Amino acid sequence: MHIFAKTAATAVALTLGAASASAEGKLVIYHWFEYIPQELLDKFTAETGIEVTMDTYDSNEAMLASLKAGGMGTYDVAVPGDYMVAIMIGEGMLDEVGDGELKNKGNIAPEWADPSFDPGWKHSIPYQWGSTSFMVDTAVYDGDIDTTDILFDPPAALSGKINMLDSQGEVLAMAALHLGIPQCSSDREQLKAMNDMLQNAKTHWASFNSDTAKEVLVSGDAAVGQIYDGFGAKARAERGSLKYAFPTQGYVAWMDNVVLLKDAPNRDSAIAFMDFLLMPENIAAVSNYARYGSGLSGVGEYLDPELASLPESNPPASAGPAVFIEVCDEATQAVYDQIWTNVKK
Amino acid sequence: MAGAAAAGGSVRSDTYASVRNWLLLPSWAGLAIFVLAPVAMMLVYSFLTKEFRGGVIWEFTLAAYDQFFFDRGLFGDEPAKIEWTYILIFWRSIWQAGLATLLALLIGFPTAYFIATRPAHTRTVWVFLITIPYWVNLLIRTVSMKFLLRDQGPLNDFLLWTGLIDDPVRIINTNAAVQIGLFYSYLPFMVLPIYASVERYNFALSEAAADLYADKWTTLRRIVIPSVRPGIVAGCILVFVPSLGAFLAPDLLGGARNFMIGSLIEEQFKGNAGNWPFGAAASMILLTLVLIILVFLARQQARAEREAAP
Repeated sequence: MHIFAKTAATAVALTLGAASASAEGKLVIYHWFEYIPQELLDKFTAETGIEVTMDTYDSNEAMLASLKAGGMGTYDVAVPGDYMVAIMIGEGMLDEVGDGELKNKGNIAPEWADPSFDPGWKHSIPYQWGSTSFMVDTAVYDGDIDTTDILFDPPAALSGKINMLDSQGEVLAMAALHLGIPQCSSDREQLKAMNDMLQNAKTHWASFNSDTAKEVLVSGDAAVGQIYDGFGAKARAERGSLKYAFPTQGYVAWMDNVVLLKDAPNRDSAIAFMDFLLMPENIAAVSNYARYGSGLSGVGEYLDPELASLPESNPPASAGPAVFIEVCDEATQAVYDQIWTNVKK
Repeated sequence: MAGAAAAGGSVRSDTYASVRNWLLLPSWAGLAIFVLAPVAMMLVYSFLTKEFRGGVIWEFTLAAYDQFFFDRGLFGDEPAKIEWTYILIFWRSIWQAGLATLLALLIGFPTAYFIATRPAHTRTVWVFLITIPYWVNLLIRTVSMKFLLRDQGPLNDFLLWTGLIDDPVRIINTNAAVQIGLFYSYLPFMVLPIYASVERYNFALSEAAADLYADKWTTLRRIVIPSVRPGIVAGCILVFVPSLGAFLAPDLLGGARNFMIGSLIEEQFKGNAGNWPFGAAASMILLTLVLIILVFLARQQARAEREAAP
């Protein structure tokens, strides 16, 4: 049935494409898993006649590695997170979007007008943004959860029941917030303190799982788990006692962005796709699916009304700052790698 | 007879000599492209300089091997000590794989023996039954195992119901869970080769041993096991080697709290580390270890066969 529907959509799209006789083409997307509704891709194909192929990845680093190992020239667009956009610009892997090429660029919300990772949106457009913090099962622990102590110096009731994301960036950024030190600090005392703190903290941790971050919380395997806000909302829907924490020390913010890759085989299709996603109606479909914010203005009327009141995306006044993960220089990154190996040895 | 065979051989080689090499070419090319070239590439990469965030710079260095064997502190400027971290990770993986192999042998040998001693026409059914679960993807089987073992899963529910325990037994995210996962993943690789050996075993030998007053245990130890030894060795290799590089069971069932060889190497390519030469060096060291073990087993096997020969 699904295949039939897809074929039918493609057939319609091809007919439409033939009718307009101009926009026919291909688009190859490299995207996170489960992050775009199929209906939206079908709609894009129906509107433009462009046939879409998509491969998926499960981490920014995995995407970078696969592009570096010969994936350039295969894909037109990818969807890296904030810090990874900065890295990819630095590596010269992104093409520049010319002024005026994107007709709908004006829809980007004013507060996102000039992001630190890609000033002026020269290579990318906003896709989804949200936060990474952690959830606590309030049926297991009913004390104050808005503190990073829950992860790094937990009360006895939670020790041994904590799942961390299997991602160096998310864990070490949270650790820096917990210690109140700058990210990517090159200060030796601070780095040593972080290493020592994590050596102690890991004795309280049960597991490192990223792809099953939601599932371990829902099943009760973990009573505390690092998780993204939208994923957390889905977890709470399945286990009502889960609560998303906004630590007073701060938490991690992230923004995923659609980037134009260098050597894109179908550059025109890529631009068309980016313009398509800059329409409030279309990006709202992604938000309704993934439960994250969009970074565009005028999206409100298309959104599922429930999204506006999600506890996971509405921090209380007591919440600390939301910070992006920073990109460390080579020397500091080498120490970070060592600290991470020490955590997992 | 021998002369005829030799003559036949020479006739055949005359006829086909001109085309034989050409006919073998696809096999040689396949081996070269899919086995030799990747290993050679890994070997070369392990001696190159790492590029920040993945990739290599084409300058010769021993840095990757140095990192594996020497510890220069958190900041890399202390006097070198022996680095135990990676040796520990390798040791842990070898230990896990070894235990999984032992477990598979303890369960797999009696199973194979049982199947081989059934009436001939039912044996295929038993073999068929052994392979059925393995039609399902390994990832799915490992996740299912996770569902079974978890604190609030069926296994614990059952044990609580029987009253044998009062609190759930913590199995998930422990080494025991990894053992169970590895054992379950690779059990047929133990059963099938042993079954093939036991099936060929001449049971008249067991009867002869019994006639000579050997008890069952002695018969098993002195007659059966030496006879089916090739199957046992093959089974052990087939379970041990994939267990050594496994990362599904350690990640999903063991909670990925500790690096295993497989996940350590993966981290160098897919994680933040982006240290390709180190990943390549760790792979080469693993490959060397496996080769040493295989050569050792092959020599043992050859010696056993020489001793067995009249």
